[in-house]
Amino acid sequence: MENFNYHRPATTTAAAAMLKKAKDGKYMGGGHTLLPTMKQGLAAPTDIIDLTAIKGFSGIKVSKTMVTIKAGTTHMEVASSKEVAKAIPALAEMAGKIGGVHVRHKGTIGGSVANSDPAADYPSACLGLGATIETNKRKIDADKFFTGMFETALKAGEIITAVHFPIPKKAAHFKFPNPASRYALTGVFLSQNGKGQVRVAVTGAAPKAFRATDLEAALSKDFSAKAIAGVKVSAKGLLSDMHATSAYRAHLISVLAGRAVASIA
Amino acid sequence: MTGTGVGASVRRKEDLRFITGKGNYTDDITLKDQAYGYFLRSPHAHAKIKSINTAKAGKMPGVLGIFTGDDVAKDKLGGLICGWTIHSKDGSGMKAGPHPVLALDKVRFVGDQVALVVAETKDQAKAAAAAVQVTYTVLPHVVDVAKAMKSKVQIHDVASDNRVYNWSLGDEAATAAAFKSAAHVTSMDIVNNRLIPNAMEPRAAIGAYDAGTESYTLYTTSQNPHVARLVISAFHGLAPEHKLRVIAPDVGGGFGSKIFIYGEEVACVWAAKFVGRPIKWTGERSESFLSDAHGRDHVTKAELAVDSSGKITGLRVNTKAAMGAYLSTFASAVPTYLYATLLSGQYNIPNIYAEVDAIYTNTAPVDAYRGAGRPEATYVVERLVETAARELKMDPAEFRRQNFVTQFPHQTPVIMCYDTGDYGAALDKALELSDYKNFARRKAASLKNGKLRGVGFSAYIEACGIAPSAAVGSLGAGVGLWESAEVRVNAVGTIEVLTGSHSHGQGHETTFAQLVSEKLGVDINSVSIVHGDTDKVQMGMGTYGSRSGAVGMHANSKALDKIEAKAKRVAAAVMESSVDDIEFKNGTFTVKGTDKKMAFGEVALASYVGHKFNSNEIEIGLKETSFHDPANFVFPAGVHICEVEVDQDTGLTKIAAYTAVDDFGNLINPMIVEGQVQGGVAQGIGQALLEGAIYDEDSGQLLTGSFMDYNMPRAANMPHIENFKLGFTCTPCPTNPMGIKGCGEAGAIGAPPAVINAITDAIGVRDIAMPATPLTVWSAMQPMQKAAE
Amino acid sequence: MPTLSVKVNGKAVKGDVEGRTLLVEFIRENLGMTGTHVGCDTSQCGACVVHVNGKAIKSCTTLALACEGAEVTTVEGLAKGTELHPMQAAFKEHHGLQCGFCTPGMIMAAIDIVQRHGKKPDEEIVRRELSGNICRCTGYHNIVKAVQAGAANM
Repeated sequence: MENFNYHRPATTTAAAAMLKKAKDGKYMGGGHTLLPTMKQGLAAPTDIIDLTAIKGFSGIKVSKTMVTIKAGTTHMEVASSKEVAKAIPALAEMAGKIGGVHVRHKGTIGGSVANSDPAADYPSACLGLGATIETNKRKIDADKFFTGMFETALKAGEIITAVHFPIPKKAAHFKFPNPASRYALTGVFLSQNGKGQVRVAVTGAAPKAFRATDLEAALSKDFSAKAIAGVKVSAKGLLSDMHATSAYRAHLISVLAGRAVASIA
Repeated sequence: MTGTGVGASVRRKEDLRFITGKGNYTDDITLKDQAYGYFLRSPHAHAKIKSINTAKAGKMPGVLGIFTGDDVAKDKLGGLICGWTIHSKDGSGMKAGPHPVLALDKVRFVGDQVALVVAETKDQAKAAAAAVQVTYTVLPHVVDVAKAMKSKVQIHDVASDNRVYNWSLGDEAATAAAFKSAAHVTSMDIVNNRLIPNAMEPRAAIGAYDAGTESYTLYTTSQNPHVARLVISAFHGLAPEHKLRVIAPDVGGGFGSKIFIYGEEVACVWAAKFVGRPIKWTGERSESFLSDAHGRDHVTKAELAVDSSGKITGLRVNTKAAMGAYLSTFASAVPTYLYATLLSGQYNIPNIYAEVDAIYTNTAPVDAYRGAGRPEATYVVERLVETAARELKMDPAEFRRQNFVTQFPHQTPVIMCYDTGDYGAALDKALELSDYKNFARRKAASLKNGKLRGVGFSAYIEACGIAPSAAVGSLGAGVGLWESAEVRVNAVGTIEVLTGSHSHGQGHETTFAQLVSEKLGVDINSVSIVHGDTDKVQMGMGTYGSRSGAVGMHANSKALDKIEAKAKRVAAAVMESSVDDIEFKNGTFTVKGTDKKMAFGEVALASYVGHKFNSNEIEIGLKETSFHDPANFVFPAGVHICEVEVDQDTGLTKIAAYTAVDDFGNLINPMIVEGQVQGGVAQGIGQALLEGAIYDEDSGQLLTGSFMDYNMPRAANMPHIENFKLGFTCTPCPTNPMGIKGCGEAGAIGAPPAVINAITDAIGVRDIAMPATPLTVWSAMQPMQKAAE
Repeated sequence: MPTLSVKVNGKAVKGDVEGRTLLVEFIRENLGMTGTHVGCDTSQCGACVVHVNGKAIKSCTTLALACEGAEVTTVEGLAKGTELHPMQAAFKEHHGLQCGFCTPGMIMAAIDIVQRHGKKPDEEIVRRELSGNICRCTGYHNIVKAVQAGAANM
């Protein structure tokens, strides 16, 4: 890969200043998407600003209503957090299914959310739980955050500092991994909050993570696997590649959503 | 015998360096003043090279030299060769197009090497390669072997229909008659999916030139360094053999892909003279995907004729075999003499006819990959046999049994003469180990969990220990397929065995030493096995085709016999007795009827001291050599039974249980043999369920160009320990003194049909494509589900 | 060129590196320790796994400079003199390796499994947690056995 200047700021302010100064700078979390992309020559930033050494950038806080995960927290830390497992077990389980062990030791929630990879798992958790993404500038609703394939509502220089997940009544995550890459071929993150509101978020199936509103509507009336058995998920707009056709992905959404509901209904 | 002799599961001697990080792979080696090479590769599947401009790249930092096909041509460096000549039915020779070390005029697949850039660092070489300006005129391409013969694309001038040869084996008329009179014919279109070997160590090479001695050294990831030296010397014409040393140090897996002589290693060692410094090239995995020789890629029309009593009377195949863009080193032999000769399987089939078209496509070359031809043959036979049994409503095990060869030797209609075997015994043992009689119970239990369970059989046979030289020569091989061994006994009684076999995971440093320990009664730790260096081992043919046991160890055994004979003469002289009275047992020489004795080490010392015998009658020293050429192939065979569970909702298929019963004759080291079977089966399961190389028809690009898209078997894809059962039967091979066959490829040969037979049984379809991915299996189930609705 | 200071296998080392230098390049090229391997370029195969501050990571996807001040352990740092680490011994005893190329990464990954799951990781856990380590030779059968046996002896 092309050479670059490496920076390891101790504060978000310093990080933002470094990015501003750089000709073509990029923030980096665990680096497990960025570095392979750079190795392939698909990206060649002049400056890498490593956010993982920022003081107070990682950690998990659980209140009665909210799980807050700071941006630099690794997938392994989330997966093995007893507090998260107690508050939102599906979230800890989901983190435990990202990549492999070595990836989970390094990959961070902030990096994953900021990247908006269409096959990443965290975007589905954010949408499926109605999370709020906090940056060094503002708070953004998950529903407005993921704008496209590798595209988000983040503005230039903006740094995710934490993700706030409201604790639902129940939630479940089911993932059908791409057999080769282990990314989600299709993944479903589903929750029901205390008011009975249902969220069904899908990843891996479309250019970006999205909410399956038909399934949500059906489940809001009747939170059971039976309720969605008859709902036909449309293949329109879904991805099609050698691993899965759009019809297969649509089918997997139904299957995974059904399993998710059955596991917690 | 001691705990380290033949038949003992001795822990491997070579392991210590690997588990402590002290292995010595090619990329681990750094030569003084070493520079780095990087290959610029074709981005197009088929294109004319209009021009290559290296001016800008040549001025980039650190660049030491840029070499193109023109430079190679100017220096008259020969092209890559295919070492096995196949003749078409009509008698014409195979149509081998030119295969330059670096592309000349034309590129023929994505990844074809166009230029070698040498620089102080790898990053500099890579950056300069990006600055080399190549102008291409893009040509239409064809990547599908089924379409290439009728395509308007012409890949090589010599082959107007892209056909390398149209070859046949067997009696066409007699086979046609058998089909005419058959009570039942099973006919199938069978595709054997293209695979990418992916040994975990990517290919690498370091070429060096010593101007003082005018000699070259090449470190390379090779399964057969002597063959590499021979080819680079005799065909590329780089240097005579005594001025070219080839070293294959620790090699991280091969599976066939490191048999071949590739352009990269030839270019590195050639260019080292011009650069005046050693050049190291280490392939990135992406390059391995593009440029390592791939495996399989057959499309076959296959038919089986059965009479009214359920006896197989004929088998007929028509196969289109992809060769890729160039003929790789042994490519032509794979779909012919390593394929059609095994089409009789374990069965007594009186009439067989095979016709094979070898075809160029705009893809990476295809050559031997674990099993090489035999997996393709076994897949055809075992899919046909299983399907025929189902169509005839016969138990697939019993249908096989009633057609098994039972008398040996057995001459098949396709060249091979099976020396020995007991196929029924393996079937019985496999049925028992797999608890076949209770399959229905397991199937019902799976169904309760929403899973469809199926069972599939595979009764494979392979020919390995590839040899004898005269036989392969008569079939077109450019080389003989013997093996050499040199046993050097040191004065203190320690022993070095120099072998032409090459170990890249097989554990020769242990098994070959076990043979020495067994035969000479010495401690295994006083034996070293030396291999992989043409300056140490004089000549050898290397390791592939499961030949190192049957051929390499046989040479070792013969040399050890000579050592024993010579040592007896020395012992007789020292102990002042007749050589006829000397007995050798457990490492001790004794004189019959006396209490005189000498340990092996004492005799070794005496043979070098030379005080106690007449050196005009007995030469000083204890060193013997053997070049062994076996009498026949060896014929491992076995029965594999696979049970799968298919998730009805997603099509995800799990190997629920796997049983392999193999007849490898006698086992030298059962632990290592079991490891070979486990690894081979994993590759076979990989082919059946996970792996498939896909080239995009429109762009000609390799879509499965990394581990992100090419699905390698992982730990969770394999059956659990308690569900993976191995068993052995034994009919010792009569053509080598150890009675051993070969075990390296059996798993990869036996597994694919067992898995696919199980899946088709589970979901109730006649056929399904490999790899049977979740998408493929789910799609296959859709018509049925629709019909059920 | 920036300077990197790390502790590798208990020994403090320093070296000049570029921004783009990967940890695996630093270990193999700057330090000349070649037990850590590179088997792919997409962060999938796990041949390069080492421990950084006690955790198994892919050194091919870690910048050397990101390890400033860290403690790095490679396969070369496991044995105490001639006494093998229990996981190394288990790989030999259970024939958990053939060509040996994936082995260093496998052993480092295995030790990480034991650190998180204790001495008795069940087979399902071992298989699942080896998803980031590819072996082409063994079919994993004996690797799984070795990991479980090594775990019990750690």
